[in-house]
Amino acid sequence: MWSGLPLFPEQASTVASQVDNLYFFLVALTLVFSVLIAGLMVFFAVKFRARNTAQVGAPITGSVPLELLWSIVPFGISMVIFAWGATVFFTIARPPDETINIYAVGKRWMWKFQHIDGQREINELHVPVGRPVKVTITSEDVIHDLYFPAFRVKADAIPGRYSTVWFNATRPGEYHLFCAEYCGTQHSGMTGKVVVMEPAAYQSWLSGGVGEMSLAARGQRTFQDLACHTCHMEDASGRGPSLVNLFGSQVKLADGRVVTADEAYLRESTLNPQARLVAGYQPLMPTFQGLVNEEGLMGLIEYIKSLQSAQNAR
Amino acid sequence: MTTPLLPREHYLNIRYGIASWLLTKDHKRIALLYLIGITVFFVLGGAFAVLIRLELATPAGDMVSADTYNKLFTMHGVVMVFFFLIPSIPAVLGNFLVPMMIGARDLAFPKLNLISWYIYMLGGIFTLWAVVVGGVDTGWTFYTPYSTAASNTNVVATGLGVFITGFSSILTGLNFIVTIHRMRAPGLTWFRLPLFIWAHYATSLIQVLGTPVIAITVLLLALERTFRIGIFDPALGGDPVLFQHLFWFYSHPAVYIMILPSMGVVSEVVACFSRKTVFGYSFVAFSSLAIAVFGFLVWAHHMFVAGMSVYAAMVFSFLSFAVAIPSAVKVFNWTATLYKGAIWWQAPLLFVFGFIGLFTIGGMTGLFLAALGLDVHVHDTYFVVAHFHYIMVGGAIMGYMAGLHFWWPKMFGRMYPEGWAKFAALVVFVGFNLTFFPQFVVGYLGMPRRYHVYPEEFQVLNVMSSAGASILGVGYLIPMVYFIWSLRYGKVAGPNPWGATGLEWTTQSPPLTENFTVTPVVNEGAYEYSKRETRVV
Repeated sequence: MWSGLPLFPEQASTVASQVDNLYFFLVALTLVFSVLIAGLMVFFAVKFRARNTAQVGAPITGSVPLELLWSIVPFGISMVIFAWGATVFFTIARPPDETINIYAVGKRWMWKFQHIDGQREINELHVPVGRPVKVTITSEDVIHDLYFPAFRVKADAIPGRYSTVWFNATRPGEYHLFCAEYCGTQHSGMTGKVVVMEPAAYQSWLSGGVGEMSLAARGQRTFQDLACHTCHMEDASGRGPSLVNLFGSQVKLADGRVVTADEAYLRESTLNPQARLVAGYQPLMPTFQGLVNEEGLMGLIEYIKSLQSAQNAR
Repeated sequence: MTTPLLPREHYLNIRYGIASWLLTKDHKRIALLYLIGITVFFVLGGAFAVLIRLELATPAGDMVSADTYNKLFTMHGVVMVFFFLIPSIPAVLGNFLVPMMIGARDLAFPKLNLISWYIYMLGGIFTLWAVVVGGVDTGWTFYTPYSTAASNTNVVATGLGVFITGFSSILTGLNFIVTIHRMRAPGLTWFRLPLFIWAHYATSLIQVLGTPVIAITVLLLALERTFRIGIFDPALGGDPVLFQHLFWFYSHPAVYIMILPSMGVVSEVVACFSRKTVFGYSFVAFSSLAIAVFGFLVWAHHMFVAGMSVYAAMVFSFLSFAVAIPSAVKVFNWTATLYKGAIWWQAPLLFVFGFIGLFTIGGMTGLFLAALGLDVHVHDTYFVVAHFHYIMVGGAIMGYMAGLHFWWPKMFGRMYPEGWAKFAALVVFVGFNLTFFPQFVVGYLGMPRRYHVYPEEFQVLNVMSSAGASILGVGYLIPMVYFIWSLRYGKVAGPNPWGATGLEWTTQSPPLTENFTVTPVVNEGAYEYSKRETRVV
């Protein structure tokens, strides 16, 4: 009957073993302390059992050395766990420089994924084995959370914000993909699978699409449909700043601040253009709230990312 | 030794009739009013839990609909947290015992105490009304923008219930603080106070300082939901994560509102049944205050995967490890108290043993969650559910059960049946572990919490959990039966059946309305068992 009793999840990413090592350490530590406390408790309770109800205990009131010992030693141990946990966290929080970028939008109750090459999928995510994948996530409605147990990572999908999660899958196969933040009726149905493929199979999957244009090309089309290009001219002669080489650069704002033009900045400047207005430009741009959805915004961002002049191309 | 007789006159028989209870200013009678109120809510919250576990016995959502399931876990959480756990020990045992332990005739503000109970009941009725007219499905955490923009259930009514009940909590805390400062018997210095009083003092500080924050938060939520004023919903220009900051700024310290009074009970019971003073009295006392203070600085550890900066996450992780130390110190001191004691195996001590064991596991698994890299995986899974049930059910409720057994003879003048009580302690311990231990495993496997339907490979562990819950339920029903039985048929207890120290045991059981006919004078520490010849009456 125990064959139906799993005790431990599959390890299918590079960080999984790091997370699990910390877990094993803590399980062992919990075992040691629980057995120590429970053992002493039972031992004392049996050994010093009262023989009659009039008997009293020894006049012991305490011991400062002992108090120091059992304050300092647990504190020291907890600092080891703290440092260990923080180290693993930095690995999880900081994606490598070169990643495959995928965009995800959570929506009650489905996950929509967009690949740079143009493939779109719902509740299924295809990734290659052995290459770091970064997923940029947001939500169209309430807070969700994209969770890959086999990779030991998750991140909240927060409306109005971008968050990222990255992993490097180590074993081909199909694994669970869950929504981990409660989001209403079909929360437990907002699940799917992540399919980890051998590189060759992944390449043929990528090219096996139905001839979709790339995400950046879709963004370019949106850019033209919304007439963004009439102001944001490439040679900076328009009423808005040129967007060439914008992504990742330092932008000087009208109020004197300097910000990095990252995904969140581009998103905000599309939906709420006057929030962080670029220095030297008039607050003329209208909001595009309601005219472009979260997936469309991701296309726009990918298009702006692709606008790199020759000497600046990454 | 002759069998003691019930005193001729006491707080229970001094007056009869509904009005004598509903208009009472006696802290002991108000404690019993609370006892009735929280027991009703405990049964209700327990019934929701039963339905949740029945549904989860199979992977498919085959017993109730998804919406019903979501309402069940929400109402289980709301009822248990706000209407049972937070008021449980302070409002029942604290109300009864704080004045008696410090040699006072009542709390500082008896009328305020009665009003607190009415406010609590009003909040409870509001919430019950919300349940009856269709329930609420946001989870007890009320996360935005789901709660303000998406849910079409009775969020505002439930929130108002929580808002109203919060005032009861604030006023009770205020009453305790003033009482402990101003009404101690002559000679009862701070370091002669029972540790139960220290624990309640620390709890009261959190109640007074923390509860206004949840009140404001719930109010803002109601404003956004009702009038579409943008505070939390990004579609209205708000920030959903702001809600989480405000919510947890109260709700993490609220965990300590639930567990600190229980720790106070443990100190009293361990000392009494070891016939020894609590090892490291001042360390145990100050650790309560340390928990109350540091408890306010760790709230954001509930939000490690909500996109906070890695440096902020490190600060909150560090502080979360720091807050674990005072709890660990308490556990070590209780264990050391047993050393060379004269251990008297009575039911309250068995419940306390359960507390110490389960709280240790609950506390240790808290370290898993404070460790950043590990929290990313287990956050929002059943691992978290198991962890906080070890603290709240294994800790807080075990302590409440221990306290209820320990002071039952004082409250009603009669003994509960000892054999049944020991049996109940065992059943609760076994049922509890079978219910919640598998949830650690299934959580690490990756099963998210609040799932109505789940993958088949998680079924065996969920069936274990559901089976355990039925045992746990029986474990709680047994005391309910024998407690009621004992009111009439229990052996008459006499003033001090445990031979315990403490001013409450110097009075008759049940006590007079004014507690003490002569104001007691204190000239020694709280637990001088080894100095005195133990009287067993």
